[in-house]
Amino acid sequence: MTHTATPVLSIRNLTIDLPKGGDRPHAVSNLSLDIHEKEILCIVGESGSGKSITSFAAMGLLPKILKPSAGEILFEGRDVLKLSEAEHADLRGSRMGMIFQEPMSALNPCYTVGNQIEEVFEAHAQMSKAERRARTLALLKEVRLPDPERLYHAYPHQLSGGQRQRIVIAIALAMEPRLLIADEPTTALDVTTQAQILDMFKALKESRKAGILFVTHDFDVVAELADRVLVMQKGLVVEQGTAEQVLNNPSHPYTRMLIDAVPKRHGVKGNPDMSTPIALRVAGIEKTYSTARTMFKPARKVHAVKPTDFTVLEGQTLGIVGESGSGKTTLVRCLMGLVEPDEGSVWIGSSRLETTTAAGRRDFRKHIQIVFQDPYGALNPRRKIGDLLIEGAVNFGVPRSQAMEKARALLKIVRLEEDALDRYPAQFSGGQRQRISIARALMVEPKILIADEAVSALDVSVQKDVLKLLDDIRKAVGLTVIFITHDLRVAAEISDHILVMSKGEVVEYGTVDDVFGNPQHSYTRQLLAAMPGRGWEAPDMAAPGPADAAR
Amino acid sequence: MLKFVLTKIGMAALVALTVSFISFILLFMAGDPAIAIAGEGASGEVIAAIRSQYGFDRPLLVQYVDWLMRALSGDFGMSYYFKAPVSGMIAERLPVTMTIGFLGMSFALLLAIPMGVLAAAFPNTLIDRLALGIAVVGQAIPSFWFGLILIVVFSVNLGWVPASGTRQWTGYVLPMIVLGYYATPAIMRLTRAGMLEVLSADYIRTARAKGIKPRRVLFKHALRNAIIPVVSLAAVQLGFMFGGSVVVETIFALHGAGYLAWESISRNDLPTMQALILIFAMFYIAFTFLADVLNAWLDPRLRTV
Repeated sequence: MTHTATPVLSIRNLTIDLPKGGDRPHAVSNLSLDIHEKEILCIVGESGSGKSITSFAAMGLLPKILKPSAGEILFEGRDVLKLSEAEHADLRGSRMGMIFQEPMSALNPCYTVGNQIEEVFEAHAQMSKAERRARTLALLKEVRLPDPERLYHAYPHQLSGGQRQRIVIAIALAMEPRLLIADEPTTALDVTTQAQILDMFKALKESRKAGILFVTHDFDVVAELADRVLVMQKGLVVEQGTAEQVLNNPSHPYTRMLIDAVPKRHGVKGNPDMSTPIALRVAGIEKTYSTARTMFKPARKVHAVKPTDFTVLEGQTLGIVGESGSGKTTLVRCLMGLVEPDEGSVWIGSSRLETTTAAGRRDFRKHIQIVFQDPYGALNPRRKIGDLLIEGAVNFGVPRSQAMEKARALLKIVRLEEDALDRYPAQFSGGQRQRISIARALMVEPKILIADEAVSALDVSVQKDVLKLLDDIRKAVGLTVIFITHDLRVAAEISDHILVMSKGEVVEYGTVDDVFGNPQHSYTRQLLAAMPGRGWEAPDMAAPGPADAAR
Repeated sequence: MLKFVLTKIGMAALVALTVSFISFILLFMAGDPAIAIAGEGASGEVIAAIRSQYGFDRPLLVQYVDWLMRALSGDFGMSYYFKAPVSGMIAERLPVTMTIGFLGMSFALLLAIPMGVLAAAFPNTLIDRLALGIAVVGQAIPSFWFGLILIVVFSVNLGWVPASGTRQWTGYVLPMIVLGYYATPAIMRLTRAGMLEVLSADYIRTARAKGIKPRRVLFKHALRNAIIPVVSLAAVQLGFMFGGSVVVETIFALHGAGYLAWESISRNDLPTMQALILIFAMFYIAFTFLADVLNAWLDPRLRTV
C-alpha cells in the first residue's frame, strides 16, 4: 500500500516521560507512526503498554503529570505539541475527534443528548439554532439511532451502552474531522453491539475522508478492522506492518506470544466423557424480581431467570454464555445461595440443598464457591492475604493453624510464593489477585467452583495463564467448574459443555463442538455471527516464524 | 417533572404532620405544663384548676387536634409568660430572623462556591491554600467571639455600622457576616471536593475532546454536577440558621425568633415553644423540598420518584 498524499497524522520519535519513581522512565519512548486518509491503524497492546497514552497525546488530553519530552506530533503539517491549550481546543472536536472506552460515563448526565451534540457546533461553527438542530438530527440518523427526534430530547441515562457509544461517535463525527481516534470503543459492549459499532467504523472509513487510529487489546477486532497494525509493549513499538503480515506472520516474539494466547475458536478438549456421575443438578430454578405497587408507582415484574434445568458432570466444565441482562448473574447468585430462588431445587450429587432458609443457603458455600470478575474489588485492601484466605475455612470450623497450613499449600498450587500470606492485596497484579481469589475459593474444599467472568478483566496473556491454572486444578483435584463468560472464544477453550442464555432463558445446550459447529437456536447463530474477526484464525505458533531465522 | 413535584409536596405534607404531632407530644413529656404555669409551691387545687382551665385534662389526641386546627388558622394561643397572642409575637420577630438567615446564606454561598470552584480548578496552588485557610479559620472561630471582634473593629473603632439593633439596614451587615461565615467552610469544602471528583469524570474528558473552552467546561459541565450535594447541605444549613441564630441575635441584640425561642424555653412558655418548633420544622421541610426540586432540575436522573 503506497500513499502519495501526506499522512493525516504523523508522529515522529515521540517520548512521553512518566513521573519519577515509576517502574520505567517513559510511558512511550521513541514512537513513530503515520495515519493516512481512509485508513484504519490499530494499536494493539496489553494494559500499561502506552497505547492509550499515545492517543491522548495526539488529542492534547494527557493528564498533567505526563509530559512529552521529545519528538513531534504532526497533524495537518503542524506540531500539536507546540500549540497552546486554546489552539489545541480549536482542533479538538473540529479537525480531530475522539471516542472513549466507557460509554456509560462518557456523557454528561445533566444535559440532553441533543444539547451535547449541538455544543460541538456552538464551539466550532457559526450556525443558526435551526441549522444546528438539523445537523444534529442528521448525525443521529447517520450513527443509525432509531427515532432521532425522540433521542434528541433524551438524557444519557435513558439510553443503553451501545446507544450512548453511538452518541459519542456522533459527537466525534459532527465537524467531519480528518482524524478519528478510538480508544477501546467496543470493549465495554456486548458482542452483538460491538459488531454493529465495528460495522459502523468500516462504513465510516469509506464515507468520511478520515484517518482512524483504533486502540484495542483484542486481536479479533484487529482482524475485523485494521489496514495496518502497530504492536506496543511497555512503551515501545515492537512490530508494525499490514494487518495481513502481523496477524498471520508475526515476527516479534512478543506479538507471537500475544497471538498464541488468543483462545482457539473451536473446542479443544474433544468430546466429553458422559459416563462420570452428576456433580450438580439444577431443577427448575426460577427467579422473578418484582417491586410492589406503592402509592406512587405501579408494580413491576422482571423475569431474571425463567425455569432452568441443567446438570454438570463431575470433573467437567460447563460454560454459560450470554450477553448482559441474559440472567447469568442471577442464576449464579441463586447457585451461590446469595439470592433465594422463587422455585426449583439444587442438588449436589444425591443431596438437595436447602434454598429457603438463610442457614441452608449458608451451607451452599461449603459445596459451591465462586471467583468474581473484578480482581481489584474482590479482595479487602486492608487485610493480609493470609487472613483473607483462612476466613472461609475458619468460619466453617477449621482451626486457625490448620487453615494457615492449607492456605500455604494452596498458594503453591496457584503458583504464588509463600510469603504472599503476609502481604496486602495492593502489592499484587490483577492476574496474581485472581490466583489469590481462586485459592480463597478452594480453601473450603468445594465440590463446585463458579468462575463469574473471572478472566474478563485480565490481559490476554495473563488470561491464558489463569485459564490454564483453573484447568490444571480441575484435573488435579477433580473439581467441577461452571464458567460464566461473555467471551465465546474463552468459553470454547475451557468448556466441555456450553449453555447459552438469553433474556433469562436457556436457549441452547450442548457440547462445544455442537453449539459452535452446528448452532440450533437463532440467538446462538446471531452471537456467533457477531464475533469479530471471523475470517481469521490465530496461526499456530509452534511452527517457527519466518523472521526467527533472520533474527 | 410535575409528577415529581406533586409527589414531593405530598410527602412533605406527611412529614410536616408527623413533625407537628411529635413536637406536640414531646413538650408534654418534658413535664406537667399545669405545674409549670402554677409556679413553685402552688397547692394541688390551684394546679387542678389550671389544668381544667387550659384543657390539659382532656385526652392528649383531642388536645393535639384542637391545637393543630387552631394553629392552621394562625392561632397559636396566648403566651403564658408574655400574656400576648403567640402569633402576633412571632409575626413581629420572624422577619428579623428570616432576613439575617437569607442574608447570611447568600453571603455564605457567594463566598464559598466561587472559592470552592477556584480551589478545585487550581488544586494545591496558592488559591487553594488561601481558600482552605479561610475555611479553617471559619470553622475554628466561635460565632460569639467573631461577632465581638467585628463589633470592636467596625462599630466601636471605625464606626461604620451600628453594633446593635435593626433601625438602619446597616445593622444587618455584621450579623450577616457572622452567620454566613459560620456556614462557609462546609459549603466551600463540599464544593471543592465535588468539583475535584467531577473534573476527573469521563464526561469532562469528552467535553474537552469536543474542543469546549476550559471555562465553559468548568461552569457548564462540571459545576452543575458538583453543586448537587451542596444544594442539599445549604438547605439544611439555612434551616439551622433560622432556628439556631440565637447566639447571633443575642450578640447584636436583635429581637428575632431565635431569641424568642430561647426566652420561651427558659420560661417554660409552652404555647410559644410549640409554635416556634412547628414553624422552624416547617422551614426545614420547605427548604428540603425546594432543594429536592432544585436538584431534580439540575440532574434528570433524580426526577424519578
